[in-house]
Amino acid sequence: MGLKSNLHNLKEKYKGTKMAPAFNAIHTFLYLPNETTHNGTHIKAADDLKRTMNTVIMAMVPCLIFGMFNAGYQHHLALGSIEAAEGFLGSTFWTWDNLVIGIWKVLPLVIVSYGVGLLIEFIFAVIKGHEVEEGYLVTGMLVPLIVPVDLPLWMLAVAVAFGVVIGKEVFGGTGMNILNPALTIRAFLFFAYPTWMSGDKVWVHGAVERAGTADAISGETILGSYAQSQDVVYNYADMFFGLIPGSIGETSKLLIIFGALFLIFTKVGSWRIILSTLLGALAMGLIFNGVVDAGLITSSSKFYGLMSVPFWQHLIIGSILFGAVYMATDPVTAAQTNKGKWIYGFLIGFISIMIRVFNPAYPEGVFLAILLMNVFAPTIDHYVVQGNVKKRMKRLKVKTA
Amino acid sequence: MQILTKKIHLNVGRNALLICKFARFLDTNFKKKYMSNDIRIKKGLDIKLVGAAALSKTAAIKSNFYTIRPEDFHGITPKLVVKVNQKVKAGEPVFFDKSNEDIKFVSPVSGEIIEITRGEKRRILELKIKADKTLTFIEHKKLNLKSAKSEDIKALLLASGCWPFVKQRPYDVIADPDRSPKSIFVSAHATAPLAADYNFTLKGKESELQAAVTALSKLTDGIVHVGVSKDAHSPFTNLEDITTHRISGPHPSGNVGTLINKIDPINKGETVWTVTPQDLVIIGELLLTGKFNAERTVALVGSQIEEPRYLTTRIGSEVATMIYDRGIQKDAHARIISGNVLTGKEVKPDGHLDYYSNVITVIPEGDDYEFFGWNKPVFNKVSTSRALTFSWLTPNKKYDLNTNTNGEHRAFVITGSYEEVFPLDMYPMQVLKACMYKDLDEMEALGMYEVAPEDFALTEFVCVSKQPHQKIIREGLDLMIKEIG
Repeated sequence: MGLKSNLHNLKEKYKGTKMAPAFNAIHTFLYLPNETTHNGTHIKAADDLKRTMNTVIMAMVPCLIFGMFNAGYQHHLALGSIEAAEGFLGSTFWTWDNLVIGIWKVLPLVIVSYGVGLLIEFIFAVIKGHEVEEGYLVTGMLVPLIVPVDLPLWMLAVAVAFGVVIGKEVFGGTGMNILNPALTIRAFLFFAYPTWMSGDKVWVHGAVERAGTADAISGETILGSYAQSQDVVYNYADMFFGLIPGSIGETSKLLIIFGALFLIFTKVGSWRIILSTLLGALAMGLIFNGVVDAGLITSSSKFYGLMSVPFWQHLIIGSILFGAVYMATDPVTAAQTNKGKWIYGFLIGFISIMIRVFNPAYPEGVFLAILLMNVFAPTIDHYVVQGNVKKRMKRLKVKTA
Repeated sequence: MQILTKKIHLNVGRNALLICKFARFLDTNFKKKYMSNDIRIKKGLDIKLVGAAALSKTAAIKSNFYTIRPEDFHGITPKLVVKVNQKVKAGEPVFFDKSNEDIKFVSPVSGEIIEITRGEKRRILELKIKADKTLTFIEHKKLNLKSAKSEDIKALLLASGCWPFVKQRPYDVIADPDRSPKSIFVSAHATAPLAADYNFTLKGKESELQAAVTALSKLTDGIVHVGVSKDAHSPFTNLEDITTHRISGPHPSGNVGTLINKIDPINKGETVWTVTPQDLVIIGELLLTGKFNAERTVALVGSQIEEPRYLTTRIGSEVATMIYDRGIQKDAHARIISGNVLTGKEVKPDGHLDYYSNVITVIPEGDDYEFFGWNKPVFNKVSTSRALTFSWLTPNKKYDLNTNTNGEHRAFVITGSYEEVFPLDMYPMQVLKACMYKDLDEMEALGMYEVAPEDFALTEFVCVSKQPHQKIIREGLDLMIKEIG
C-alpha cells in the first residue's frame, strides 16, 4: 500500500500547519480517514457528510447529462438543421452532434462553478483553520443546472465568488448560512445581469449573438409564452420529458422525478418538503383557476395568460419541480423540524406560483420564493419548537395548580 | 309499605357501593394482570453486533488489585479519609464528597491502599487497593424493612456507601439526599448493543431486589417504576412495592430516560431518582445481610472476544483478569470499553471495571484508511440512511463494527435524522444547539432537565456530522448545575 502510507506520512508531516485543511480535503477525498472515536459512542454509523452530498450529486447527474443533449438539441432545432424529436427517445435528440454542443457549453460552466467555489472554500478553510466542508460539492453542481446555457463564464465566476462569500462564508460557512448559496448565486446573476438571465434570447445557445441579424432565432420558454398570453408551441409530452428551452438542468421533469425518488429513497432529501411544495403550488394554481373561472380576471388582463393555465400544468412548466426537489430540500436553509418542513414547503409552492403569475416580466418565481422562505424558515421552526416548549410549561402548571 | 321502600333504598345504596368497590378491584387487578402499563417505543435503532454473551456464568479470575476512580462519579470532589498503606475493610469509606460529607464512597474489597495517583492540581485520579486473600466486611446493622422509616433507610444507604448508586435527574449526577424525589425509576430492560441481559444476570436475586425496592419505595412519596422487557420473564414481575411497565421496541426503549419521559416526565423543580438493577442487588444484599458486597455479574462481549460470556467479579477489578481468559490475544489491536459501545468508557488493558458498568465490550480499533470509503457501496456497516449503504436490506444481520468515525467532524447540516432514533418528546438538534451556544433559558425550555448524556447516544451514532452529542449534553448539564443548581 504505497499510496496509502505515503499520504499518511504527508498528513502527519503537515499536521497543525496552515495548509493541513487543504491537504486533508484532498486526502479524505481518496481515503476515508483513519480517525477513531474517543469517548462518547465508540462506534459510528457509516454515513458522513461526503456520502450524503455525493448522493445528492448522483441524483443530479441525469439532469446534467440530459441538459447537455438538450442544449445542443435546442440549438440545432432553432437553426432548423434537425427535425423535432418525437418524444423522449426521439432520434434527433440523443445524437452526438447535440452532445458535443452541450459538452462545449455546459462543461465549462461546471468547471468554473466548481473551480471558483472550491478555491474560495479552500482559502477560507486555510485562513480559519477548519476542515473544508462538503457543502459546496452540491452547490457547485446546482449552479450550472440553473443558469442559461449561453451565460458568459466570467459572469458565472463573479456570481459564484459573490454567492459563496456573501451567501455562506460570512455566516460562518457550511451549516451556518441562511440563504441557499446556489440560489444566492442565481439571484446575483439575475439582478446584476438581467439581460443574460431572462427574456427570449438566452435559453438557446446561439440566440444572443444572432439577435437582430437576419438569422435571429427565438428561444422563448413556455413561461415566457404564457406570460405574454401567446400560444405555446410545445405539447405536454415535450414539457414533461424536457425537450424545451430553459435553464440547463431544469427542463426534464421525468429525470427530476427520478432524482426525487432517489433522494427520498436514500432518505437524503426530505419527502415532506418535496411533497408539500408541490401541494402548495397546486393549491395556488387551483385558486387562480377559480379566479379565472369566476370571471374576475378576463382575457384582457395581463395576468390572464398564466392564471388560466390548468393548475397541474404549473408543475411541468418552469423550474418549480427542480426547485422543490433539489433546492428547497437543502437541509441547512430549510426548516429543520418535521412540522416546520410541511409549512415551509407549502409556502414555497404557494408563493412560487403567485410570483409566477403576478410578475410577467420575469415569470420564474421559484428561486425568489425559496430565498424568501429561507429567510422565514427559522421563524417557522421557532413557532414549531415553541409548541413543544408550551406543552412542557403546561405540564408544569397542571402540576403546580 | 314505606318501611319496605326505605329498606330497598338502603339495599340499593349498599349494593351500588359494593359494585363500585368490586369494579375498582377488578379494574386494578385487570390492569396489573393484562394491561400492566405497556409502553411501546417506535423511534429508535437496534444496533446488532457480533459477540453477544452466551448465557453461562463463571467466576472471573480473582483480581489482586482494585481501583476506584473518582472520575466515575460525575460532579464529585473527593475528600480522602484514607492514606497510603492504610488497611481497609470491604465497605469502609475511602473518600467522601466535599460538598456533601454524608455521601461516602467505599472500598469494594478489604485490603491495603497501595497507591493514590494524582493528576494536575493534585486532583485524585485513582485509588489502588491490594486485596486480601479473604475479604473481611464492615457489618452494618440490619433494618426491619417493614417498620423502618425513610430517614433510617437513607442513613444506612449513606453510611454503607450504597448512596452513589442512586442517581438523580435533572443533571444525571449522584442524588442529593436532602431532596425528595417525585418517583424512582429502574430500567430492567437493557436494549443497548450487546448489553447484559438482566433477566439472566438477576436470576435468583429476587429477594435482594425486593428488599432494595421496598427500601427505595419509602424514600419517595411517589411510585417506584420498573421497566421490564415485554417478551421475557423478568425477576421484577412478581415483586411488591413497585409498578412494572412492559417495554417493547428498539433501543433506547431500555434507557431509563425513555421510561421517565413516557411515564412521568420531569418538570422544572422536580427530581426523580434512578438506580440500575445491578446496583439494586448490592443495595438489597446490604439491607438483608448488613454487608456491602461489591460482587457483580459482568457480560464480556464484543467481536474481539473469543468466547463471549458472563463473569462474576467485583467493582473496580482489573479488566486484565477478564479479557485475556478466552478473550483477546495479548497484542490484539482492540478497543476495550467498560460499559457498552454507545456510552461506555475506554479503558486500557491495565484499566479497571467502572463503578457502574456491568458490561465489558471489546471491539476492533478502526484506525485505518479506507480507499474511497466515502462513496463506495457499504455492506458491512450500520446506517439509517440508504445512501448506498445497505444495512436496511439485512435488518437482522449482526455487524462487526470498529471504532472508525467513518468521516470527519463537520457542522450540523442534515436535519430530521436524529428524530428517527430519538423517542423523547423534545427536539434533539435544537437542544444540542442550545447547549452549544449556552443559552440557559432555552436549554431549560427545551427539556434539559429530563435528559442524560446517554439519551443522546443514538443521535450521536447516526450523526452524519460526527458531532460529540453526549459530550455536548454533559457540558450543558454541568453548566446548568453551575448556573442554576
